[in-house]
Amino acid sequence: MSVAPEHAPKMAQASFAHRLGPWMPVLLIPVLIVLGFLAIPSSTSWLTLTVSGLAMGMMIFIMASGLTLVFGLMDVINFGHGAFVSVGAFVGVSVLLVLGQMTSAPSLALNLAALMVAVFGAMAATGLMGWAFEKVIVEPVYGHHLKQILVTMGGLIVVEQLIIVLWGPEEIYIARPEALKGAVTFAGAALEKYRLVAVAIGLVVFLAMRWVLRRTKIGLIVRAGVENGEMVQALGYRLRLVFVGVFIAGSALAGLGGVMWGLYQEVITAHMGNQAMILIFIVVIIGGLGSVEGCFIGALLVGLMQNYVAFLEPKVALISNIGLMVAILMWRPMGMIPVVKAK
Amino acid sequence: MSDPILRLEGVYTNIAQYHILQGVDLEVPRGAVTMLLGRNGVGKTTTLRTIIGHWRAHQGRILLDGEDISRMPTPAIARAGVGFVPEEMGIFADLTVEENMILAAVSGPIDPARLDWVFSIFPPLKTFWKSEAGNLSGGQKQMLSIARAMVEERRLYLIDEPTKGLAPAIISTMARALKELKEQGASILLVEQNFSVARALGDGANVMDDGRMIWSGQMAELSTDAALQERLMGLSMEAH
Repeated sequence: MSVAPEHAPKMAQASFAHRLGPWMPVLLIPVLIVLGFLAIPSSTSWLTLTVSGLAMGMMIFIMASGLTLVFGLMDVINFGHGAFVSVGAFVGVSVLLVLGQMTSAPSLALNLAALMVAVFGAMAATGLMGWAFEKVIVEPVYGHHLKQILVTMGGLIVVEQLIIVLWGPEEIYIARPEALKGAVTFAGAALEKYRLVAVAIGLVVFLAMRWVLRRTKIGLIVRAGVENGEMVQALGYRLRLVFVGVFIAGSALAGLGGVMWGLYQEVITAHMGNQAMILIFIVVIIGGLGSVEGCFIGALLVGLMQNYVAFLEPKVALISNIGLMVAILMWRPMGMIPVVKAK
Repeated sequence: MSDPILRLEGVYTNIAQYHILQGVDLEVPRGAVTMLLGRNGVGKTTTLRTIIGHWRAHQGRILLDGEDISRMPTPAIARAGVGFVPEEMGIFADLTVEENMILAAVSGPIDPARLDWVFSIFPPLKTFWKSEAGNLSGGQKQMLSIARAMVEERRLYLIDEPTKGLAPAIISTMARALKELKEQGASILLVEQNFSVARALGDGANVMDDGRMIWSGQMAELSTDAALQERLMGLSMEAH
């Protein structure tokens, strides 16, 4: 062989527009907030709506984050994900009803303790249910999208009917824990305490997920698996086990989201998960299938859009998020932060 | 002569309705570079993918150190010490070079001495250690792909066309890397279309056609016999 010149490594200098590209989706959030500020005549109303939108977005993110990873990792379309939201809400609310003395006490510590017990119970129940759901319903239909849609939709209907059998067909109205009722006033705007708590919990969940995905080996395996599962297996990792773990964690997160969503709406029904699935799917699609960061940004955009538009033009609120999805997909057809899939 | 590290006995692999491998027999001696040659589409990549377990052998046996691995799942085969470098490289574009290497070190943290050795062969990987792998050039991605297999000692390396589509300077780096692996006593099954590289590295050679092994022997014999090359692969050494 002839002697080749030495390879001198270099990386092309990225232009400003190229460097800005990855941050564009993040910038959409402040842009939307500023647009809201310009469109809403009262600054106090704008502040209230912004906090409300962020809280709603955080709850949608918690419900949707598991679904996006499940899709990205194993290419599974789970229409039954809403079942975990409903079951989480019913289990959590049942626990809160049992702990009625703690929730009605005017003590933040007691209220939060009761809430934590309810959340833990809901997550444990939905995590366990997720394990069974994956084993019985999802596993036999790997690689068959149409069958996945049909069978997971069927699973959702069965779970909804089981909820009706166990808790009855009526809507259950619930009161938030005593210390989380009411609002605090900030800059003349009334900010509901519960929404502030929801924002805090959502942020903690997002940062924890990001830490696990970025800083731990299991997180690396999940991220790599979303991109190229076959290669992850060729390196020696049992992706199937990782997937089951992600499915269980995603189900438990949906359960947590269900409790928070139920307390946010102050009413729960067997169909609440199914109804939330529309927003959840919008968020997963516009975020980029398999992208947790995209899911987070998408959820905040959806939450803010829903609240601003509902205030400005209530009749348009129903279709505003569909419009948002269309606009984002026209801009980035694979979603805001697409995961590069191996061919 | 010691037992081969890998032996394929009458391996058949079907993909959908296509019968790709039709009774492949192959031996990979220990501590040698065994070339797998042949025209495009004759089943070389399928042979490697069947060994690593991405595709199942419908018939026949695949013996790694005497143990039949043909029914084992891919992760178990990899953990048995088989390193795989696919034709399409299989790097994780959204992960950094460092994260790609951490993942490749399955048994624990990366051995610093071994990492230094890898860096000495592929200096760009040290330069771009914290960069996303997707931002690397084609040659650098191929370096990363091979470096991942090298970061831990394997019993057997399956490497599919490591020089495909690369500039001469990078091909030279790849050849040097494989030569260093060979000097360490590694057993390598290498699919390679670049006959110059094959001739420089190969100890044994196997030529496939139409899903079967049609010739097995020494690379030295094949590389000096133009008529044999012409007959087996339609190759002319003058063209290389």
